[in-house]
Amino acid sequence: MNYEAVIGLEIHSELKTNTKIFCGCATSFGAEQNTHVCPVCLGLPGVLPVVNKRVVEFAIKAGLATNCTINNYSKFDRKNYYYPDLPKNFQTSQYDLPIAEHGYVDIEVDGKTKRIRLTRIHMEEDAGKLVHSGTTIKDSATSNVDYNRTGVPLLEIVSEPDMSSAAEARTYMEKVKSILEYIDVSNCRMEQGNLRADLNVSLRPVGTTELGTRTEMKNINSFKALEDAISYEIERQTEVLEDGGHIVQETRTWDPARGITLSMRSKEEAHDYRYMPEPDLPPIVTTPEQIERYRQELPELPDARQARLTGQYGLSAYDAAVITASRQLAEYFDAVIVDGADPKLAANWIMGDLAKNLNAEGKTIEDSPVEAKRLGAMILLISKGTISSKIAKKVFEEMWKSPDDPEKIVKDKGLVQITDTKAIEAIVDAVIAANPKPVADYQGGNKKAIGALVGQVMKQSKGKANPAMVNQLLAARLEQ
Amino acid sequence: MKLYDQPAHVLHDMLVNKEITATELTQAVLARMDAVEDEVGAYLTQTRDTALQQAAQTDAKIARGEAIAFLEGIPGALKDNICTKGVKTTCASKILEHFVPPYNAAVVEKLQAANPVLLGKTNMDEFAMGGSTENSAYHPTHNPWNTECVPGGSSGGSAAAVAAGMAIWALGSDTGGSIRQPASFCGVVGMKPTYGRVSRYGLVAYASSLDQIGPLTRDVTDCAHLLNVIAGHDAMDSTSSAAAVPDYTKALVQDVKGLKIGLPKEYFVKGMDADVEKAIRTAIEQFRVLGAEIIDISLPHTEYAISTYYLIAPAEAATNLERYDGVSYGERIDGVDIMEMMTNTRTQKFGAEVKRRIMIGNYALSAGYYDAYYLKALKVRTLIQQDYAKAFETVDVIVAPTAPTPAFKIGSMISDPLQMYLQDVCTVPLNLAGLPGISVPCGYSNQHMPIGLQIIGKPLAEETLLRTAYTYEQSQSFHKEMAVLGGKQA
Ligand SMILES: [Zn+2]
Repeated sequence: MNYEAVIGLEIHSELKTNTKIFCGCATSFGAEQNTHVCPVCLGLPGVLPVVNKRVVEFAIKAGLATNCTINNYSKFDRKNYYYPDLPKNFQTSQYDLPIAEHGYVDIEVDGKTKRIRLTRIHMEEDAGKLVHSGTTIKDSATSNVDYNRTGVPLLEIVSEPDMSSAAEARTYMEKVKSILEYIDVSNCRMEQGNLRADLNVSLRPVGTTELGTRTEMKNINSFKALEDAISYEIERQTEVLEDGGHIVQETRTWDPARGITLSMRSKEEAHDYRYMPEPDLPPIVTTPEQIERYRQELPELPDARQARLTGQYGLSAYDAAVITASRQLAEYFDAVIVDGADPKLAANWIMGDLAKNLNAEGKTIEDSPVEAKRLGAMILLISKGTISSKIAKKVFEEMWKSPDDPEKIVKDKGLVQITDTKAIEAIVDAVIAANPKPVADYQGGNKKAIGALVGQVMKQSKGKANPAMVNQLLAARLEQ
Repeated sequence: MKLYDQPAHVLHDMLVNKEITATELTQAVLARMDAVEDEVGAYLTQTRDTALQQAAQTDAKIARGEAIAFLEGIPGALKDNICTKGVKTTCASKILEHFVPPYNAAVVEKLQAANPVLLGKTNMDEFAMGGSTENSAYHPTHNPWNTECVPGGSSGGSAAAVAAGMAIWALGSDTGGSIRQPASFCGVVGMKPTYGRVSRYGLVAYASSLDQIGPLTRDVTDCAHLLNVIAGHDAMDSTSSAAAVPDYTKALVQDVKGLKIGLPKEYFVKGMDADVEKAIRTAIEQFRVLGAEIIDISLPHTEYAISTYYLIAPAEAATNLERYDGVSYGERIDGVDIMEMMTNTRTQKFGAEVKRRIMIGNYALSAGYYDAYYLKALKVRTLIQQDYAKAFETVDVIVAPTAPTPAFKIGSMISDPLQMYLQDVCTVPLNLAGLPGISVPCGYSNQHMPIGLQIIGKPLAEETLLRTAYTYEQSQSFHKEMAVLGGKQA
């Protein structure tokens, strides 16, 4: 029997507010342990939470950017479970009335567009970080808790089980990441745990609609782990089913070192979270005016931006997708072409030499040594014929090393393209005189022999001769 | 005249007129504590040294000719579930036996701005769960009027301290009657303000949607003054009211002419003590004499209030008390792993009543039972609120007994929690509705135990309550009689 996978994701994204969700402590990453704490986030007796308004704003914006309905009446709930990284032993979260519901994002995989529905987006607080003397809480003699992360605001973005492959799940998560970056609500640094996912996977015979028994995997914190865990789980479940077995509903962990998932907790051991409305916080009531204001504040989102790049600038769908995948890259692109640089050339340079250099040095677009304005100016020099594309590569390498404008580099290094017919003719004549063999070959009917002569002219002009003119003038002389 | 017998407003005038010093006053109260605390057991922690320092500061201020605030130099006490920076706050629980908060409750910050003398932290039922102060993990508190009786609870230590002259004023907290019922049992004035009128920040939570801090005082005048100090919006408490705070002492006028007083038939319950009923009926007659109009009303859902309360309060308590796990503060009993450590800690350090309510609460919240219990309780709560809203369309205040009986004997109900819960019948409906209520002394049982009259108001109608209570109080002399304590009395 052929099976198809049914995959759903719960993405947890830390919000980039300055302060925590219920207190005034800083959210910044990497501080000394237990320095970003106060009575409130430590859950001391008697403390009360106060909702950070920015968190609500960010959650609403995330909802709007993913086509959700924003609930005008929403509330916080207590999700109860005992774990030492949770100082109150309940997480203040949202249960039956989340801030946003019923959204979707469109993804494109293998040239096909697919709509992934979002069940809901809700706000909650992050837990602290356990530091074990061993590897897990079970095999450790002692464990310490760092409460710096306790109370950092999180969005939980829950999808419907609308994905059917690891590639779709990855593309979906990339898309959500991209949207969160565009609307500037999360840093989405997966290596810092800003973005992580719980995923559920089940199988069903192709052509059927009933959902199979699912397994869950928690705290997946890289795209690679996401793809690998899904692929492994699909394979594992397929084997179980083909052997006539049953899938056990359970929570499994992904072990990236061994490349397998392991059973962690069965359904019977699952928590009863005993959700209860948070009595210390009044409901969150939103107004249409407030929602409209946030909608106005949203930037151009990835899909719209991609459409603009293909429609207005004629970029290929692939190029437009690559450039709009991150807001920073898309904004860099816009800044490159703002002074008139050719968009297609801009895309080529960004995805070519620039990307190569950034990768080689492990830099992001934000700390590119070649600013968008300078790259744009260089592309204009190419279009004007001041430099050739070949010379441009030299100029680009210079710009990478120095803060000079491309015009100055071209001038200082004498890289201006030679477009003076007389000057080129002089070199052409000298090359013809010095290379009787290729000349004879050409005139004997081997037209390809001109290549060697062009090469010589370019070499003698130190690459500055306009290649088109060189070709044209050489051919004219040889035909004489 | 014994200084410790006087209300704060009398003592304030004496301080201003330099008839006494704050140090003399504080020493008098401390001497009273020396004399009778062994019999009463009102305190869990005493802060004598800082009390005398605070008194000395007030005296210096007076000597410099500076004006003093109302509470300045007047000794008072705080229930031990109100967080005090640097002073142990145990909630009368073993689990917080050595817990010293690093911060002050909002009310403590407000009090400190008024420079009172703080004598210490008073005994209570563990985590405010109980109506007799017998659930303290440390020791029971005895009623100053008869030390064989309970002082009520859970703010029994605060009420007993005020009644015994071991504090001129005190703060308590009221979740289902925990200020009003001990006030009634101890013959003092106790007010539960409107939910949200006083910040809960720093009040160790029992049931968050019901808890409210309030004053316990010798008379209504002191109650108004103390409310002036503690009431007001607090940005740290999202449930606190943004309404402006009036000067509550302006409400201290003797005038109930034309006041419409509702008399709810459901509050005169079967099993009510005959002396209590007589005292309340007499008080109602007195109101009629004073010019008020008495109107019979019905609050039909009152009979469900106890069941509703004993689902909502334990449910909230179950989650509020989850944080006491031995991980980062409080007591810890080790175990082979983290779960056993948490279990050992909670099993050994929580008292029986606390564990009982945690279990009730978790049961009510658990999957499959939530709708039948907790959700239904929330719906009944709304009905109870609507009962009051409807009644207040025709009456200005509602008058009822505070408790169905006078103070009972220590140990007489401890083995029957259900009977104990029924004690709350007249007080819990207010908490469920978030309404203000005040208990004022209105007579004695034939055993000469105090009886309290409860006056209930609309949301934020504390001024009406104070005016009504003050008018009644001034027409009587119950508030002038102090408990007489035995042997070592100075
Ligand atoms: Zn904090």
